[in-house]
Amino acid sequence: MSDIRLNAIFKTFGTTEVLRGIDLDIRAGEFLTLVGPSGCGKSTLLRIIAGLETQTSGDVEIAGTPVNHVRASDRDLAMVFQSYALYPHLTVRQNMATPLVLRDLTFWERAPIVGHALPGRRPKVKSLHAAVDDVAQVLKIEHLMDRKPGQLSGGQRQRVALGRAMVRKPVAFLMDEPLSNLDAALRVHMRSELAELHRSLGVTFIYVTHDQAEALTMSNRMAVMMDGDILQLGAPDEVYDDPKDRRVAEFVGSPKINMLPGRADGHGRVAALGAPLHRHVGLQDQDVTVGIRPEHLQLTTTQADNEGWPFRVTHKENMGADFFLHGTVNGSNHRMVARARPEDVAEVAIGHDVFLRAQSGKAMVFGGDDRRVYFAEGA
Amino acid sequence: MNNQVHPVREAIKHAVLILGALIVILPFYVMVSYSLKSPHEIESNTGGFFGAQEPMVDEYCVKLGNPRDACVETPVVYNYTQAFKKAPLLRYLLNGILVTASIFIIQVLVALPCAYALSKLKFWGRDFVFGLVMFCLLIPVHAIALPIYIMLAKIGLTNTYASLVIPWTISVFGIFLMRQFFMTVPDDLIDAARMDGMSEFSIIWKVMLPTAVPALLAFAIFSVVAHWNDYFWPRVAITGNRDLYTPPLGLREFKGDADGSIWGPMMATATIIVTPLIAAFLLAQRRFIEGITLSGMK
Repeated sequence: MSDIRLNAIFKTFGTTEVLRGIDLDIRAGEFLTLVGPSGCGKSTLLRIIAGLETQTSGDVEIAGTPVNHVRASDRDLAMVFQSYALYPHLTVRQNMATPLVLRDLTFWERAPIVGHALPGRRPKVKSLHAAVDDVAQVLKIEHLMDRKPGQLSGGQRQRVALGRAMVRKPVAFLMDEPLSNLDAALRVHMRSELAELHRSLGVTFIYVTHDQAEALTMSNRMAVMMDGDILQLGAPDEVYDDPKDRRVAEFVGSPKINMLPGRADGHGRVAALGAPLHRHVGLQDQDVTVGIRPEHLQLTTTQADNEGWPFRVTHKENMGADFFLHGTVNGSNHRMVARARPEDVAEVAIGHDVFLRAQSGKAMVFGGDDRRVYFAEGA
Repeated sequence: MNNQVHPVREAIKHAVLILGALIVILPFYVMVSYSLKSPHEIESNTGGFFGAQEPMVDEYCVKLGNPRDACVETPVVYNYTQAFKKAPLLRYLLNGILVTASIFIIQVLVALPCAYALSKLKFWGRDFVFGLVMFCLLIPVHAIALPIYIMLAKIGLTNTYASLVIPWTISVFGIFLMRQFFMTVPDDLIDAARMDGMSEFSIIWKVMLPTAVPALLAFAIFSVVAHWNDYFWPRVAITGNRDLYTPPLGLREFKGDADGSIWGPMMATATIIVTPLIAAFLLAQRRFIEGITLSGMK
């Protein structure tokens, strides 16, 4: 069990800067997710940790030892790939045994005919097959052991790929979008299974995904990456409730947060599309952006004190437990989405005009530089 | 999709294909037929495909002083026994196997690492090197045959197995073909092998080679057919030593210079030479198609 530390990792491909000085401390045993849109550098960062890619500058440390010049296989990490990357010509058992065979047997013991004659080989092979069987049992794939990857479904291949990573008992698991080739239902199922696996193994997981839902549901901490930077690192609820950057607020959460243009007046009072907010910010006479998550909007049929926005419903999305109301703010082209309970929208039909109000204390203000601007205390 | 089959169009298509097939098969037909017939039937063009198989007298046997009765044989037996008696055909066949197998194995040993480097490793000048490979595809064998012969002669290698094998060990076509195939192998697979602790050479032999079996079979067909049937280069490189003759050179034994060619045994030899190729091709073809349909990487 050991920490993984990244110090000022830079990576450039030709003239494009992919990573711009990443500093990251990954705690032993945590489930850390690197999440961001495609092209943000998250996969490159993972490959640098794995040793499959070399950073342009900066250091990677595992358990306090720099591993910049250590081969990928000697870093004691295991990786699960998006395409699973199973050896197509080997059976499931052979696939899972491969990392152990390569690690535990000497060159001569692996040799085709000579190897079998060596005395030390038999006990080693026996113990590694026992290890493979143990993992197969945990993953419930014992009945697949003699099949080839081509004869497995996507979910089964996924398990085998996990198994191949698990047999090594590595310092950390690196996962590069392992669920994105699965269908939606299986993906949701595997989310909880992976999280459980993490808890029972107690090993560090570093998980790369572009799906913010996976990051929110599984991780202890998530790092939101964009354009080669980590914008925010924190527990999922912290990142969701308290985004430090407009891009983070927009990326995390589904449906997306509503962003309205607003302005802070001379007293720091913010109004968005004509509707004033209750509290003050420390900015004066500046354009700002006001973000309100769909679940923080309240539906009313009358407008009180000029608060809230007149809203025309253009689409009603039934999610079962709740409804999403899509529409535009009257008098502007701004689209908004509000989440409501079914009983609140029973009377609301497409084309109706209603009012949306931000729940008090839930709106977020972002300055012109995309950074979060906090409300003044007690105001 | 339009599944309607127009009968006339189909008939024309088939007619053209049948005509093409006939043109291709006709020489084989003649070869097999001649290998079954007596010299008289061949010269007078009688006897149909199989010949009458009437017992004939082997004139050469009689000339050696044997009684006429002892020299009577059926044509098919005569042709095929002569094929092995008149020339050491078995030896030639073994030579052929030795040479084509050596060539193919060494070509694979060279082409796979090259193709791997050209498709999966990033290094400075890679595209330029690949350009050179493509350029080498344009050089005709006959253009460089003489320089190669002179080089081999200078180091005293003519009339050896080495002279038959060495010029063909680097197959740019093989490198090109395997490189194109390796391009389709996902990078993740190689990264997974690296994470598992394989060296780059292990990756080539334990991951790339097994996944490349269909492409290797395709290459094997090209390579083996080309070198098994090659007449030109063995004729250049083997000048005196008949023990090194490959099967196509063996055919020359039946080309009588003054007393006319001995067609029956010659065609029997030719039949014997092409049979293993046809058998191998039919076998490989099945595996080849299986390989293509089963190779699901994802």
